[in-house]
Order: sequence, then C-alpha cells, then structure tokens
Amino acid sequence: MPNEPTLGGLLRSQGVSRRAFLKFCSTTASLMALPAGIAPAMAEALSSARRPSVIWLSFQECTGCTEALTRSSAPSIESLMFNFISLDYHHTLQAASGDAAEHAREQAQHDNAGKYLVLVDGSIPLDEHCSTVAGISNLAMLKEACAHAAAVINIGTCSAYGGIPMAKPNPTRAVAVGDIIKDKPIVNVPGCPPMPLAITGVIAQYLTLGRLPELDHLGRPVAFFGENIHDRCYRRPFYDRGEFAETFDDEGARKGWCLYKLGCKAPIAYNACAHIKWNNGVSFPIQSGHGCIGCSEPRFWDMGGIYDSVAKGNFGDGAKLGAAAMAGAAVGAGAAVLARRKKTRVAEEMHGSE
Amino acid sequence: MSLLEFARGPAIHAALIIMAAGIALRLIGVLVLTRGADLSRPRDAFGNFKGYRTVFSRAWPSGEFTTTTRYQTVVAYLFHIATLLVVLGIVPHIEFITSLTGLSWPALPNFLGVALGTLALASLLALIGRRLAKPAVYNSTLGDYVTWVIVALPLLTGLMAFAHVGPRYETMLALHILSSALLFAYMPFSKLMHAFWFIFSRAQSGLAYAHKGVRI
Repeated sequence: MPNEPTLGGLLRSQGVSRRAFLKFCSTTASLMALPAGIAPAMAEALSSARRPSVIWLSFQECTGCTEALTRSSAPSIESLMFNFISLDYHHTLQAASGDAAEHAREQAQHDNAGKYLVLVDGSIPLDEHCSTVAGISNLAMLKEACAHAAAVINIGTCSAYGGIPMAKPNPTRAVAVGDIIKDKPIVNVPGCPPMPLAITGVIAQYLTLGRLPELDHLGRPVAFFGENIHDRCYRRPFYDRGEFAETFDDEGARKGWCLYKLGCKAPIAYNACAHIKWNNGVSFPIQSGHGCIGCSEPRFWDMGGIYDSVAKGNFGDGAKLGAAAMAGAAVGAGAAVLARRKKTRVAEEMHGSE
Repeated sequence: MSLLEFARGPAIHAALIIMAAGIALRLIGVLVLTRGADLSRPRDAFGNFKGYRTVFSRAWPSGEFTTTTRYQTVVAYLFHIATLLVVLGIVPHIEFITSLTGLSWPALPNFLGVALGTLALASLLALIGRRLAKPAVYNSTLGDYVTWVIVALPLLTGLMAFAHVGPRYETMLALHILSSALLFAYMPFSKLMHAFWFIFSRAQSGLAYAHKGVRI
C-alpha cells in the first residue's frame, strides 16, 4: 500500500502524543520481555511502518474478543492499534457489507499475498452448515484466507482451542484453527476474552521486529502466558496460610481470603490477569471476588464445574463406586459359597470312601 | 485431553471403582469363609472379651520385644499417623472426599500439611533404609519393594504439588492424582489390605488363644 500514510502520521492525526506513544512502546517491550533499550527503536519502527493488511475472521464466537479490544478503555492506545494495521475485513467493525465486504477481503488477499495477517476469533464447525458468512462456510473461508497469509493469530480461546462452542457435546463438531491450518505460523492469544494488551503486544512485536514472539507448549506468547495466575495472585498468602472463603458472602470472602475452595482455577491457569489486570490496571476477576475460571486454558469449559475446586475429581457422582462395591461383595460372597460347597463335597467324598 | 484431565477424570474414577469392588470382594470373600464357633468349653470365662481386646493390645509389641522392635515401632507409628493426618487433614483432600461423600470437616493449616507430609516421607525412607540394611530380619519379597514405591509416590508428588515445588502445578497435581490412582487400584490386592485385615486377624488370634486359655 504505497499511498498509505505512516503509522506515526496517523497517530499524530488522532492526537496521540509522542510521549504517550513511547510509553506504550516501553510497556509493550517490557511485557514482551524484550530488551529495555528497544522501546525507542520500536517506536521508530512502528511510527514509520506502513500498515500491514489484516483480515479478521469471525466464526463461532460471541464478539467478546473484539469488544475487549475496542472497549479496553476510552480511548486507549490498544484500541488505536487498529490504526497500526489496515483492517481490511472485519464483519463487526467494517462499514461495507454483503458482496462489497467479501470483495474487500478477496482484494486484500490478492494485493498482499504472502504478507497479510489473518486474525481469527471463533471456532470452526466441521458441520459446515452450522456457521456461514455470505454463504461461505467458516471452514472454506478459513482455508482460503490462510492460503497466502504470512501468519495466523488466534484471538480468544475459541479460535485457539475450540472454546465454548467445542464444549461437550460439541453439537457443531467445532475445532480450533490449529486443527485445520498446519502450514502457517500460528500464535494463540487465548482468553475469554483475551487481554487487549496481549493482542496488541503480539501485533506490535510482529510489526517492529518482523517475527512472532516466543511461544509456550500451547502456542501462547510466553511473555503474557508464561506466568501462573496463582503464583502472581495477591491472595496467595491466604492460600499458604490455609485461609479460605467458604461462600461468596462469608467473613472470609469479605476479608479477601483465597477463593480456592470456591472453584478458583488460578493454580492451573496461565495468563497475565493478575499482574497487568483489566480496565487500565483497575482489577481482575479474583480481585473483584470471583475465582479464576481458567479461560485461557484448552477445554476450560469441560474441566469440572466453575465452582468446583481443582482438587475435586471430574467424573460425576460416586454412584458407580457404590455399584462396584456391591458387585464386588456379590462376587466375593459367591466365591466364598462355592469354596465352602467344594470343601463340604470333598469332606463327604472322603467320608464315603472310608 | 491433558494429563490433568485424564487424571481427574477417567483415571481416578476407574481406580476408585477397582478399589471399591476389590475391597468388597476381598472382605466378603474371606469373611464368609470364617470357621464356625469352637464348640469346646472355653477355658476362660472372659475369653471373648480378652479376644477382642487383642485388637488393641497387639497395637504395641510385647515387653520382651520392646528393644529389638523399637526402631520399627516408632518409625512405623510416625509414618501411619502422619500419613493419616495428611490424607484426612489438608484442604484439597477434604475437597475431594466432600465431592464424593458430602462429608466435610475443618482442615489443618497448610504449613502443618507440609510438615506432616515431609515427616511421612522421611519415616518411609527410614523404614526402607532399615529393610535394605537388614535383609535377614525382613526377608523381603519383590512385592514389598513394589508396595513401598506405590505408597511413596503419592507422598512425594503430593508434597511437591502442595508445596508448589518442581514442575508446573497442573503437572504435579496430575502426577499426584495418577500415583494415588495406582495406589487405590493396587491396594485391595496387596498387603496394603492390612488396613482392614489387622482388625480381623488380631481378633481371630485373640479369640482362639483366649478360648484355649492362653494368656494374652
């Protein structure tokens, strides 16, 4: 896009000061565990960069991920991230509709082949009729859009791991993007919704350094998903002391004790919620009195009840155990009776032969 | 399915089913085989009482064996008490038991859980150390060592998970649940059934001796 203005020019036209921009770059660089000295270089690279084309595909999703980004605060540098990229296709945000919208997507794919980013929110139903856009199934659109993409960034747990649409009994046979696209670099930014700064951080690193961030074994950027929420939780001392809230309105809850017994999944969840927090650093779920639901983890919806602690088994009730005990007792009694009969018979035979 | 999902779901469920069926099978299977009453005249009018008293009196070695069995007795007591308190006393275990039975009770503070877990593991190490050092005393079989490993693993993994040391918590928790599942499934078919048999075997011995007038 040779005629596009630079990002720096765009931001200045939006009233974003150089100081605010540098602050964003410093924050992003430190969060991504990049060297401290890279912030000015990042600012320079970002402000002089041409906007890369981005195609944002929304499949089986609730629009919460887009909402999290666009409403992160008003107005935030994260929401202005949309100015860093040329968002050529996004159902929810674009003005065009129908054929014109689809034409914009095809045009962007054609003009930027091999260079554009595909951002996906929502899972993909293998029962293709379950979700279509402009008459095109999600599966077909994903394959077509990714064919010439530089990389794919999954926004939210649904596109990263299947999320809620894939929860049992998975009526649409939903799968994650990574189950279909195997030949492109994929970054997962999970969460329900994901943290806006994690989304923009990944894009900012790609724009400035030309590479995707270091990922963990679940394809998530280590910089944002490398920390265990339980380890970073300000309520951790109460866990260590064994002080737990038993209900949501008892004394322990009012005193801000640990929510482990109320189903908090922080010990098995990895995200930046506990230290970056939400709404410009105001709070995060545990701070507002509700346990973590582990939304950045695969299949979080099927890992036991939201209010069941992680220590509980995840296999329904103990009915089968009772049945097993009764069956065991019956077999034991049967075996013993048979043994007694055999003993009696042997004794009778011995008497008979005397 | 992640390791933790497998552990918390089908693995522990199957292990508990095997344990419930196995314990019932072995208890009923053996108890139904018990002999009928000894019809001879008892030598001791209080024979039955003295017999049942043996269940408790045999919990401590007789005076003449005190010195030779002191190490074994003290360390084994430490192991059993510490293990029992950890199994029934820390929050995650109570949560698990509550989800199965609906019963709950106050938990021990976490630091005590760590201390008792450490004590249980240390005493188990002390026991295997003596067993290895004195093969003639213990006359061990392969099953004894297998049982020791199967008992030690949940203690080790549980302590690491509870104290948040070692690999990621979800991995340690999964390994702890899996090793516990192994213990549950193995228990009814091994010498670990002494958790139930000790009552019946002591009572049986006590009754038989008391009936014959043997001083016990």
